[in-house]
Amino acid sequence: MISINNIAKGFSDKPVIEGVSAEFETGKCNLIIGASGSGKTVLMKCLVGLITPDAGEIMYDSENFSLMNAEAKKIMRRKIGMLFQGSALFDSKTVEQNIMFPLDMFSHDTRAEKQKRVDMVLDRVNLNGAHKKFPAEISGGMKKRVGIARSIVLNPQYLFCDEPNSGLDPQTSLVIDKLIREITTEYNITTVINTHDMNSVMEIGDRILYMYQGKKEWEGNSKEIIFSKNEKLNSFIFASDFLKDAKDMRMLEVSGKIDEKRNMDQLLNG
Amino acid sequence: MKIFTRFGEFILMLKGMFTKPENWRMYWKELMHQCVELGIGSMGIVSIVAVFIGAVSTLQTAYQFISPIIPRSVIAQIVRDTVILEFAPTITCVVLAGVVGSKISSELGNMRVSEQIDALEIMGINTKAYLILPKILAALITIPLLVILAMTLGIWGGRFVGELTGILPHEVFDRGLVEAFVPYNVKFALVKAYTFAFIITAIPAYFGYYVKGGALEIGRASTTAVVSSCIIILLADYVLAAVLL
Repeated sequence: MISINNIAKGFSDKPVIEGVSAEFETGKCNLIIGASGSGKTVLMKCLVGLITPDAGEIMYDSENFSLMNAEAKKIMRRKIGMLFQGSALFDSKTVEQNIMFPLDMFSHDTRAEKQKRVDMVLDRVNLNGAHKKFPAEISGGMKKRVGIARSIVLNPQYLFCDEPNSGLDPQTSLVIDKLIREITTEYNITTVINTHDMNSVMEIGDRILYMYQGKKEWEGNSKEIIFSKNEKLNSFIFASDFLKDAKDMRMLEVSGKIDEKRNMDQLLNG
Repeated sequence: MKIFTRFGEFILMLKGMFTKPENWRMYWKELMHQCVELGIGSMGIVSIVAVFIGAVSTLQTAYQFISPIIPRSVIAQIVRDTVILEFAPTITCVVLAGVVGSKISSELGNMRVSEQIDALEIMGINTKAYLILPKILAALITIPLLVILAMTLGIWGGRFVGELTGILPHEVFDRGLVEAFVPYNVKFALVKAYTFAFIITAIPAYFGYYVKGGALEIGRASTTAVVSSCIIILLADYVLAAVLL
């Protein structure tokens, strides 16, 4: 579990995140959502140590990440995997070399054992046969899957995904969501996902943190989000008429009134 | 004020490179890769520039020595000393500042913008040590060798053109080459080569590593890196000549 307490960060005297506290549970997909500029990427970068927060505490299980020195943070990061928005694959390396890289750097396994591990994770993300391809030769969805494979190759305890569905078509987005969900439960990882994608929110949002102008505005799960009365959250999540209608339908369905409404419509329409 | 901030950042970057490598074998592999990229990759351009500089030196020196009382072998001495003292180390390194400097700056800049550096940091790798140090070390190994190659080819170019145009027969050129030779000049040229090797890798690495923005900023960083490296090379050239000669 990751818990954060009163995290604050500003740039040039302008606060970007203010007093955010939350808990991200193990074996669950913890989502951070919010409009562009709401501070969710800065919060995620604070969590992984790419940005040092001005105030607050970050706990990785029982270890206080905020109090660690640079060397301890380096060791801690080996327990962390991260999928970047643009995948961040090394252009000059093949898919196989990209995934092999963390193993070459940190593992003391034999060459054969490393190769077996690479094959296993590539198989896990359904990318058999892509070993020798370069990042420039594969699609956006495949790049994301290679990114996931690279981030889980060292068996991390914590997985961070920064907008895993950005730039992907809806079908591929579902595949990536399903993969992240499966990996999270299969390996019992604490997964933190930063997303804009409403499909992901509804499909895999075990725990959702909604950020608004640098502050935590709402916290709950994908079921609670439907019934939330928070106006800011509702105007963000259900921004389009289509989503508003979908929400109304879902609310009726859950409250058992949908059959009643259907009957009424049938009666009215003769 | 900005220049002091940048200088401070540059010093911190250099300080940050010196940590225990996460895996010696991977760092060694990266060093060898950079030696090939920077050294072998630059051999072609260095050879072409050196041969032509030597050839032009012979022609222009001969053009200015029209007095019959000066022996023709003096042309070879002048070509030798200008190539060894100035042309081989300085011109080669100014050319390499363009070739190698822009490559380093844009490579690191692209890695920064596409979050590849962040990805390495997340893995627990000291990116300054893994990405910058091997480049500087590779330059310190290969650039003095390239300068020695440039000296040899520059002198050979002068000798070849002297013979080809009939200005200076090769026997006379060879005699001039060994006359009044000062071995210290080679040592001085190598001191310059090591200094310039550091400049043409560390400065572009700084501009690339700290780039912010997108493609436009990467291009801007490359240009700034090359211009700054060239100016600092010329400045260092003057300082070294004033101090060591």
